[in-house]
Formats: sequence, structure tokens, C-alpha cells
Amino acid sequence: MSCCAPGAEMALDLETSVLPSSQEIRLASRSLGADLHQTDLSVPAVHCAACIQAIETALGRLDHVEGVRVNLSTKRVSIQWRGNEIPPIVAALGRLGYEAHLFDPEVGEKDKTLSELIRAVAVAGFAAGNVMLLSVSVWSGAEGATRDLFHWVSALIAIPALAFAGGIYLRSAWNALRHGRMNMDVPIAVGVSLAYAMSLYETINHGEHAYFDASVSLLFFLLIGRTLDHVMRERARTAVNGLARLAARGAMVQRDDGTRDYLPVGEIEPGMQLLVAAGERVPVDGRIIRGASDLDCSLVSGESTPKTVASGERVQAGTLNLTGPLTIEATAAAKDSFLAEMVRLMEAAEGGRARYRRIADRVSALYAPVVHLTAFVTFLGWMVAAGDWHQAVTIAIAVLIITCPCALGLAVPIVQVVAARRLFEAGVMVKDGSAMERLAAIDVAVFDKTGTLTLGQPWLVNASSIDPAMLAIAADMAAHSGHPFSKAIAGFVNFVGQPKLEAVSEHPGFGIEATTADSTWRLGRRGWAGWKARTGGEGRYGGFGGTVLSRNGAIVACFVFQDALRADAKTSIGQLNETEVSVEMLSGDTAAACREVAETLGVERFVPALLPSGKVERIEALTRAGHKVLMVGDGLNDTPALGAAHVSIAPATAADIGRNAADFVFLRESLLAVPLALDISRKAGRLIRQNLAIAIIYNTVAVPIAILGHVTPLIAAIAMSASSLLVIANALRLQGFGSDAQARSAAPDRRSSIGTLAQSS
Amino acid sequence: MTTLVYLIPVALFLGALGLAGFLWALRSGQYEDLDGAAERILIDRDDRSN
Repeated sequence: MSCCAPGAEMALDLETSVLPSSQEIRLASRSLGADLHQTDLSVPAVHCAACIQAIETALGRLDHVEGVRVNLSTKRVSIQWRGNEIPPIVAALGRLGYEAHLFDPEVGEKDKTLSELIRAVAVAGFAAGNVMLLSVSVWSGAEGATRDLFHWVSALIAIPALAFAGGIYLRSAWNALRHGRMNMDVPIAVGVSLAYAMSLYETINHGEHAYFDASVSLLFFLLIGRTLDHVMRERARTAVNGLARLAARGAMVQRDDGTRDYLPVGEIEPGMQLLVAAGERVPVDGRIIRGASDLDCSLVSGESTPKTVASGERVQAGTLNLTGPLTIEATAAAKDSFLAEMVRLMEAAEGGRARYRRIADRVSALYAPVVHLTAFVTFLGWMVAAGDWHQAVTIAIAVLIITCPCALGLAVPIVQVVAARRLFEAGVMVKDGSAMERLAAIDVAVFDKTGTLTLGQPWLVNASSIDPAMLAIAADMAAHSGHPFSKAIAGFVNFVGQPKLEAVSEHPGFGIEATTADSTWRLGRRGWAGWKARTGGEGRYGGFGGTVLSRNGAIVACFVFQDALRADAKTSIGQLNETEVSVEMLSGDTAAACREVAETLGVERFVPALLPSGKVERIEALTRAGHKVLMVGDGLNDTPALGAAHVSIAPATAADIGRNAADFVFLRESLLAVPLALDISRKAGRLIRQNLAIAIIYNTVAVPIAILGHVTPLIAAIAMSASSLLVIANALRLQGFGSDAQARSAAPDRRSSIGTLAQSS
Repeated sequence: MTTLVYLIPVALFLGALGLAGFLWALRSGQYEDLDGAAERILIDRDDRSN
């Protein structure tokens, strides 16, 4: 990447991702009519003006490209092109050093809610400013006809503001009431509309007090909070949507007459023959007809070791074909495949989240009846005491206006906006505010192993004990293969005078063969490469340690691999333990592989060889025992568990549905994102409680004044703005808290963490 | 009092003008890429052939 590779905010390390093929891009393009097409790509690494310019210039030069526009906020590029052939967009971006992904085109394209909210804020702001101007004149002593004129003008300005901006609250309040629920919008809607109605009545009768300013400025403040909340969630959502799709979008189908078609996954039927090239994901469950290869199942089952497959064997949707081309016969349609099964399990497991009621809703369920009852009792009291019907109603409504939960309505969202912003800067995306409330309550953290605690990528552990000359030959050979073991060995490429390789060939499922001037070298499975050896190593097929380098059939070097740990995994587990969260590991991998990782990381409890439903059962058992469980996982097999847990976190490298199911997604490699999210959520929880306390203290002071009938519009305006500002100021304190934790989570040093693992094992 | 007869409409008109301007800017997509707009000012126009 040209300008901003190190420390780029969104720097992603998605080595396992596969570039979208031109057929996939074709499927994702939209037709703009008249031969013109538009393709939108997500380019997470776009970072600055130089990136914008580089991409727009380079893509603009391609044939058939009509227009290119980079959106830096959403990190997307939209390209308009003509003709039938797709210009080599992805390749061009790749040459510039930018990885491009397809994303799900959203329904309805533009974000309608956001523009509605912003328009509402603009209208409310306009109305609040002008009404306040007129109100100040009234407070300063305008009387008689002038005061009436000002009240009338205010009333006229406030009508559209109330209808347009207040509509959002009225609709939401009506929805809640209709379903027999209570939310914060109910007292807001009641307070604002009553304030308006009473002020209008006063204006008509030349009254002294009108609360137009209170009703519109209240709306203005609350709408700002609501809009910020929406913007923050939307940002997190687009960032997550922009990540690489890990599920296949379509597949090349071979017809009986030999023709080939690229079909979307949804149109594949059982019995069709599919061609899956090396580097592609298997689109649906199937059986291999021709070919042999290695499959990376880490995302599907949690097994860290690639599985060798040959003709006749079954393959699951979602596995990644590593080495050789395969022809498979589909045995299930996409809707009946493994992926769909996981979605069903997840839906069945969902419960903890649906049952959760947000703090704001719980508070308003208590608050609204108390406030409305107080107003009613005030009315009765004044009727009995003074017997003046008009005065009693006026004072009762004044109580409602002063208790209208402006501070309470802002207390929760403002803190969550600030917290989400902090997490966003640290590369953690929060799907919604309730996720932080739920995360603050957890006492058990359950981790998946492969891909979460580890990277799901093997790492050569015994490099130092291998003859450098042999290692150099192995590295040269390994550079020709996409197998994860080969990639790990290829990292040691070095010239120490090794002979030049001739005729390198890969034997899928076995290894790589190469010839030099005087000998034949093989790098691969023990039984295949060392055909002269009498080691009896055949029993260790597929296991780590089963990979050797042989020269003319005699084994000359043995390679031991281990799954590389995610950066800062040990520190993160340690930090969680310090905060009295007990850590557990659930994995689909073998007991031996799990024990090794658990011992290195200091995880005390682990359960190996679990099926997806087993993980859900374990989480449900913990939940029944009264624990609040956090699930951190990435695989397809973790998805039901992510749904079953109280709250869930997934890394950016997780399977698509896992990312969608999780409440938090962290984009950087370091696992410190988990303790950081927990820490900020807990601090946010504390600030929310403080804010609620401030709002309630404000009410206990203001309500008696209102009940005694001393509230004027001026007092109401001052009291309400003061409490709102206090709540906002308190929320902003979160910005200052512990920025050292953030500094520690930045810039993960992968090599060092891998080094530690190698030494300790 | 007579000054108010035209001063208030003038004030409201100017405010409404600002509001209309904002809504126009919003509709024409000027708020869709705020980060990009901030960075694009650094790009030299001359370099762009199209």
C-alpha cells in the first residue's frame, strides 16, 4: 500500500480471504440502464487523500470505466462501467495494494432513517432558535399585545416542528403503548404535546405563560442524542458489512453437455456438478467426484489441521479448498446445507438477548407511571385546595413539563455514543447500545479456540533445529503451494547456496515434489514423501508433526507446526481473570490441541471435540446456573453459541453469519479488544447509573417547585437545559478514562507473541 | 411595535433560508462522505485528467 500501510486505522489481516472472482462481481453489480452498470466494492484500507486519488486515477484509466468515486467515510468505491465485460477492477486495486471485498447491497440503498433524523434535527433546531428568540423577549418584559404577538408567532413556528420532528417520538410512543409496553418516548410525547396544547390555550386566552420554547428545544436536544446514536451504530454496521465475505456467493456448474455456468448459491440444486478451484470455498454440501485436495475446515468445525480429502468423500459447505481442483456433486441445496443448519440452531438458541430489557426501558417503565401519577395528584390537590379548575390543570401540566425526561432520555444514549466512539477508535464495532449494557454484566467468558484464541494459521515451531540448507530448499518448494503448512514454511525463504529447483509439481492431498540436478525432493506427508523410511509414521497422518522433507525418499527434515496464537491472547485472558471473569474454552478440535493452547494461555477449563450443539448446551447450562455468559468465537460452528450467549464478540475474520450474530466485532488482530470492550462497557454502565441519578436528583428538586405552582417558562427552560448539559458533560468523561488501555491494545506485535508460544511449548 | 411587523418576518425568512439551504445540501448528497470531503481538499485538481 502506498501511503498508509503501518498503523492504518482499519488495517486488516485477512490472509484467508479469497478475492472475489469476476463472476461474483458480475452477480453483485447493478444495472443503471442503457448498458451502464454500477459495482460497489468495500475497500477497508482506504485511508487518506492520497488513497482516494490513487484509486480514482488508476481505475478511471481502465477501459469501459465511466466513473469512479471513493467514499472515505464508508470506505467504499463505486465504479460505473459499460459493456458486458467487467473491467479488471479488483486486480487494479490489488496492484495498488488495496484489498477489495464485495458486500451485501443494503435494501433501499440510502439510509432513510438517518436522513429523516437529520431533517428532523434541522427543523427542530430552526424552530428552537427562533422560538427561543421570541421567548427571551417575553421574559425580558414584553407585555400585552406584543406578548400575544410573540406567542402567536411561536405557536406558528412550533406547529411544523412538532408535527415533523415530534412525529418520530409520537409514533414510537404510540407503538409502545399499542403493544402494552412502556418506553422513554411515552413520557416525552405526552409532555411535549401537553406543553404545546396548554400553551396554545394560554395564547388564545391572552395568558402570561407559554411553553413553546420548552417543547421545541426539548425535541431539539433529544433528537441530537438520537441522531448521534444512530450515526454511531450505522458506522459500525457499514464497517462490519465491508469485511470480506467468507461464504461462497456462487459456483461454477458443469452441465451434462460440458458447458459451464456460474450460478448464484441459491440456484444450486442437488445432483449438479460443481467445479471448486483451489482457493475457493465449497458452496453447498456435496460429495467429491473427481480430484484430491486439502480442505481448511477451521471455520466450519474448529479443527486447526487441514483435512486431506479424495474422491468419494463428503464435503461440508463453507470449507476452503486449499490445494487441488475438485469436482463435487451437490447433495443438498444451499438452504439445506450445513450453513443453513447453523442458522436454524442459532434461531432456536436465541433467547437471552430477546429477553433482555434495556436500562432506559426499565427506568421509564418505573418513571412514567410515577410522573403521571404525581401530575394527577397535583391536579387533585389544587382542585381541593383552591377549587380553580384552570389553575389546577395549568400546574399539573407544568409538573409534566418539568419532569419531561430530557436528561433521562439523554442519560443512556449519550454515554453509549461516547463509549461506542471510543471502541470504534480501538477497532471494535458495537452493533447496538444494549450490547454494552449486557457485556457489563457478564461473569463468564467462553472462547472458541481455532481462529479466536489462535489465528487458525499454523506456525513452524522447530525452525531453529532444522538444517538451514534443508529449510531453504523446503521454503523454495513451499512457495509453490497455497497450503497453510507451505505458507508457514515459505516464510523462511533464504538463500544459503541450495540447488536450484526444476520441475516443481504439487500433488493435492500429499505434498510438493521437485527435482534438482541430482535428486528428487518431496515436501509433504510422511508416508508419501519418505517412501523409503521405516518410521511407521503413517499413523500420524494429518497431525502436526507429520510433515517432512525427503531427498530421494529418505527423510532429511521434520517440520513441527502449531497453531499460532492470536496477538496478546495471554495478556487478555490474564486481564479477564483480574476482573473476576472466569474463562473457559470450547472447541471442536482434538483434546491434545486444546490442552496445548489452554496450558500456554493459562485457561483452566476447556471442553474439546464439541459439536455446534454441544457448545450451545454448555452455554445454556452455565446460564441456568445463573451465570451471564460472553461468547467469543469465529467459526460457523460457533454461530449457534454466539446466539445463545448473553452477549457475543467475533473477530473480523469470522464467518459471515457469525459476524452478523455477534454484538461486537473487532477488526484488529489483538485479542485485547475483548478486555477493552468489557472495560469500557463497565465504565459506561457506571456513567449511565450516575446520569440516571443526576436526572432523578434534578427531578426531586424541580418537582416540588412545580407542584407548588412556582414554575414559569423561564425556570423550566433553565432547569431543563442545565440538567441536559450536566448529563452530557458527565458522559464525555468517558473520553478521558484510561487511555492507557487503548494504547496497549494498539499495534499488535505478532511475531513476539508467536515467539513466546514457540518457547513455551 | 411597527418595526416588529417587518423585522420578525425578515428574521424568520433568513432562518428559513438557512434551513432550506441545509436541506438542499443534505438532499444533494453533500453529507454522505464527510471524511472524504475533508481529505479531498488536499488533492490537486490539475492531476485529474477526467
